[in-house]
Amino acid sequence: MTTGLLTFIVLILIAIAIWQLTKIFDLSQAKADNSQVANDKDNNINGYLMMGFLMFIYVITIISFVKWGDLPLIGISASEHGPQIDTLMIISLVLIFFVQTVTQALLHYFAFKYRGKEGRKALYYADNDKLEFIWTIIPVITLAGLILYGLFTWNEIMDVNMDDDPIVIELYAQQFNWKARYAGEDNVLGKANVRLIDLGDNPNILGLDREDKYAQDDVITQELHLPVGRKVVFKMRSQDVLHSAYMPHFRMQMNCVPGMITEFAMTPTVTTEEMREEPKIIDKVKRINDLRAEKSKALIADGQDALEPYEFDYLLLCNKICGESHYNMQMKVIVESKEDYEKWMAEQETFGKKK
Amino acid sequence: MSATAVHAGDHGHDHGHHHKETFITKYIFSQDHKMIAKQYLITGTIMGVIGIMMSIFFRMQIAWPKESFTIFEIFLGNWAPDGVMTADKYLALVTIHGTIMVFFVLTAGLSGTFSNLLIPLQIGARDMASGFLNMVSYWLFFISSVIMVISLFVEGGAASSGWTIYPPLSALPEAIPGSGLGMTLWLVSMAIFIASSLLGSLNYIVTVINLRTKGMSMTRLPLTIWAFFVTAIIGVVSFPVLLSAALLLIFDRSFGTSFYLSDIFIQGEVLHYQGGSPVLFEHLFWFLGHPEVYIVLLPALGITSEIIATNSRKPIFGYRAMVASILAIAFLSTIVWGHHMFVSGMNPFLGSVFTFTTLLIAIPSAVKAFNYITTLWKGNLQMNPAMLFSIGLVSTFITGGLTGIILGDSTLDINVHDTYFVVAHFHLVMGISALYGMFAGVYHWYPKMFGRMMNKNLGYVHFWVTAICAYGVFFPMHFIGLAGLPRRYYTNSEFPLFDDLANVNVVITMFAIVGGAFQLVFLYNFFGSMFFGKKAPQNPWRSNTLEWTTPVEHIHGNWPGEIPHVHRWAYDYSKPGHDEDFVPQNVPMKDGEEEMHH
Repeated sequence: MTTGLLTFIVLILIAIAIWQLTKIFDLSQAKADNSQVANDKDNNINGYLMMGFLMFIYVITIISFVKWGDLPLIGISASEHGPQIDTLMIISLVLIFFVQTVTQALLHYFAFKYRGKEGRKALYYADNDKLEFIWTIIPVITLAGLILYGLFTWNEIMDVNMDDDPIVIELYAQQFNWKARYAGEDNVLGKANVRLIDLGDNPNILGLDREDKYAQDDVITQELHLPVGRKVVFKMRSQDVLHSAYMPHFRMQMNCVPGMITEFAMTPTVTTEEMREEPKIIDKVKRINDLRAEKSKALIADGQDALEPYEFDYLLLCNKICGESHYNMQMKVIVESKEDYEKWMAEQETFGKKK
Repeated sequence: MSATAVHAGDHGHDHGHHHKETFITKYIFSQDHKMIAKQYLITGTIMGVIGIMMSIFFRMQIAWPKESFTIFEIFLGNWAPDGVMTADKYLALVTIHGTIMVFFVLTAGLSGTFSNLLIPLQIGARDMASGFLNMVSYWLFFISSVIMVISLFVEGGAASSGWTIYPPLSALPEAIPGSGLGMTLWLVSMAIFIASSLLGSLNYIVTVINLRTKGMSMTRLPLTIWAFFVTAIIGVVSFPVLLSAALLLIFDRSFGTSFYLSDIFIQGEVLHYQGGSPVLFEHLFWFLGHPEVYIVLLPALGITSEIIATNSRKPIFGYRAMVASILAIAFLSTIVWGHHMFVSGMNPFLGSVFTFTTLLIAIPSAVKAFNYITTLWKGNLQMNPAMLFSIGLVSTFITGGLTGIILGDSTLDINVHDTYFVVAHFHLVMGISALYGMFAGVYHWYPKMFGRMMNKNLGYVHFWVTAICAYGVFFPMHFIGLAGLPRRYYTNSEFPLFDDLANVNVVITMFAIVGGAFQLVFLYNFFGSMFFGKKAPQNPWRSNTLEWTTPVEHIHGNWPGEIPHVHRWAYDYSKPGHDEDFVPQNVPMKDGEEEMHH
């Protein structure tokens, strides 16, 4: 308590001291100009600082691009529709950085160039219809292009249908984990409702209808295995709160909403093994493992276990705030050859058998 | 003549400047718009301090996950046992930071302060249309602020489901402890807040329409007033929808209805809810939530228009286009809400529609940015702190606005939705921009509010450090968002995938701490200048608008004599044919002088 009070008093004293110092500083300025209105000196200093700030914006842009701009999430996507999104993303980013560079330059350069000077008169320039028309119509045309491109892609991606013999998989979300339910031989998901959930001796964790014949061959798993090159139709369900099924490498995201089923369809095109061989991913994994090795040293010195080395895997993340452990709601996704997938699937127990 | 007689004789007047005022009627239950503006500003500032401190705390948790900090022990108490922030209280901090900054600082603190201060002064009115409603509006805001702060101390902690309070998380105490009493208080606080905001907005609208002085046609209104006026209209249109959303949520929480809930199994039990949909809540919420962005931003842009013109000693470029953009933005803002819901499970066709309307809103925004830049061109820029913050606003408005092209595009939103890319975008375009607008307004109108000048050198230090830190915090965030890092994660250490982004988060937090600490310079300048600042002259910035024709000492009714008449628009700066580089609005036209704008 006393220390708190003392600190408080000291802070107050320091504050008063600073105030007095600024006052002295103000008074010592030319002709004791203490109006607190900017004079030519202020205009000059701040004009130059504006140019400095422009440089700062450019530098932080360049640093961000060089250090963190190597984004495996742009460029290498692992799904069929991914490259379309990536192309549009790159076009948009290039456009944005062009406009950003030019407009920031104009803004800050004008702020520097036309910094105030006693006695100079500004130009009385209130309107120019032609100019304003130009900078209305240019965004209109550019945006029209982006909108059209975006809409075509969007309609294509969001058109969930049963063409091309897709596998039907339910992604089931709950606080704080994921389950996958494969539709099985018949490729039809059995009926389910949270009211049928039974956590007793003979558990029915996803609330499947035990009487439904379509439910018998359903397979419930803790990992998501997908055969490469085959379309998947995901049906999302949540048992408690909103979740979001986010698989960034596949450019896929859809919320899981209690009380309704949401859908997303995609075709994985790159197996986990192939992705691990991508130069960008190898780089990233190496960077991560270097960091982890360094951290491990500190941990070992502290008498704790070292961190496991990281190996790349696709992931399904929860991306809608869902409660305390939202930050750790994940499921491993494995894309593999048709043979490996079938082999894995054969090892799984169907819902009907478990009974 | 006896004192009683004077008093009786005065009774017929309604200006009230001879009324004897007690401390209570002058400083607490004041009906004077200037005092109410100051009350809003100081309450908003206090809330701002709380909101910014919270953000620094959770930034520290993100940078140094699960580490123990003494400062947490002191400020967070049992939210951080042994100085380690818990996961659910991290979410509580994120939630209340968002709520406070969006509503209490940038809506009430910004609009409440400057609409109240400037509407009567700039249109030439003695006060607001209803001083009483204005007072009620402030006190409702005050009560809602107090309830929001109290909600931090109740059992289970404050609301923790994000400032968007999506049910079922916000509806079920079983889902997260903060959805108990904390959430109830959040809803009560917001309901009162909305009532306050509606009373305020109605007052602003009526005042602007009815109480303009002679000659103050709508086309001569300063852009500040246009912005406040249109903001009030957006508020009246959209806030009631949030109120209804909140009421339905209260029903679901307390009276067993199922507006938003259906088929829920939680903590080993099936709940009775059947037939509702959280997506309904999302629609209702964002029907306010998106216009809210412009409720926050438009007043800041209005303030900036005024300050940039005054300090450039030039007319604002394209006055008509500026008004048209404000109106276009206001209209479009009410039909774009679905871009927050592209991946919510709503019909993809709606996604197409909302992409279209959303990208349209970029057009009036671009026009505004270009017009600001052109206003600087060939000006005679007076680099006062207010001007620096206004230029800073244009800069962050461009940087933040441009990434809206990505987020507004449903296709691209799939992969960056709810990542740090979104956090970077909206903090720059509405958070920092609106905050800069608020700072600019405070530096510019401080002499009007407190009759003293703020220290300019402290203002410069405040601006430059803030400007650098704001970019330092939010620019790198775009990149960790593009790398797929979701927002609202207590720690990223559960995902080795994101390990290489950890050092970026440390850099961001460093900038946040420095930027936050330097706001103390502002607070110091703000409160110190009230007592020690240099006495202000009547028109320190040599400005055209009417507020600078009132005496420095505040009086009821604003002008001691007649209200000045208006003869010209607000932007006759450096007009040829005049000796001075400014011509106040109340100066009559010379013979043969023309109004130069159409």
